[in-house]
Amino acid sequence: MAEDFKTQVEKLRPYLLRYAQLQLRSAEAAEDAVQEALVAALAGASGFAGRSNLRTWLTGILKHKIVDAIRKSSRELQPLPGEDDAAEFDTLFDERGHWSQAPDAWEHPEGALEQKQFLAALEKCLAGLPARTAQAFMMREHLGLETAEICKELAITSTHCWVMLYRARMALRLCLQESWFK
Amino acid sequence: MMLPCREVMRKVSQGEDRSLAFGERVALRLHFAICRGCRNASAQLKFLRRAVRRLSE
Repeated sequence: MAEDFKTQVEKLRPYLLRYAQLQLRSAEAAEDAVQEALVAALAGASGFAGRSNLRTWLTGILKHKIVDAIRKSSRELQPLPGEDDAAEFDTLFDERGHWSQAPDAWEHPEGALEQKQFLAALEKCLAGLPARTAQAFMMREHLGLETAEICKELAITSTHCWVMLYRARMALRLCLQESWFK
Repeated sequence: MMLPCREVMRKVSQGEDRSLAFGERVALRLHFAICRGCRNASAQLKFLRRAVRRLSE
């Protein structure tokens, strides 16, 4: 039974690694977080007790390890100059705050979600974001953390947090517009 | 009083992170009713959440 549990957990390692790598840009940090999560999972196997889906349970443990890693490394990630203000996208708008060029609708966005090449394009756009902006955005959208928790872990104000998330979304929208939906 | 598109987009983004007040939601609706560009861009910002979730599946 115990051996079986361990095998099942190991089978999920590639998924967990992928999950961690999406949030942590360093492959080494991602490996470490997964390793710590697996050790914790095996030590606390009785806490699982088949109550929920094994992958969901392991992902929950991994999330905590990822947040720990972010907290430890957040001192190293200083914002780039201008990374915390929203002025950059103001060129999209005229002096009255209207679109200089109104955005067109995207064709078949739902269909794009089914395509591997689209997901690769999205990852490329994410990689192009400034590190701290990407980190905040992925904490929100990938880990699914609330803004209050993100602000706390990154030691920034909620206004600053919203500006970073706004910048991330506007940059990703533009990037996908150029690289995929053109 | 109409919100400029720039403010609309900031509020749309914030709406993904906090509950907007009633007045803010009304202002967005009024704006969307007459601005196709903001309707399109708003749908695109919201689409990002679904897209990111697909990355780990």
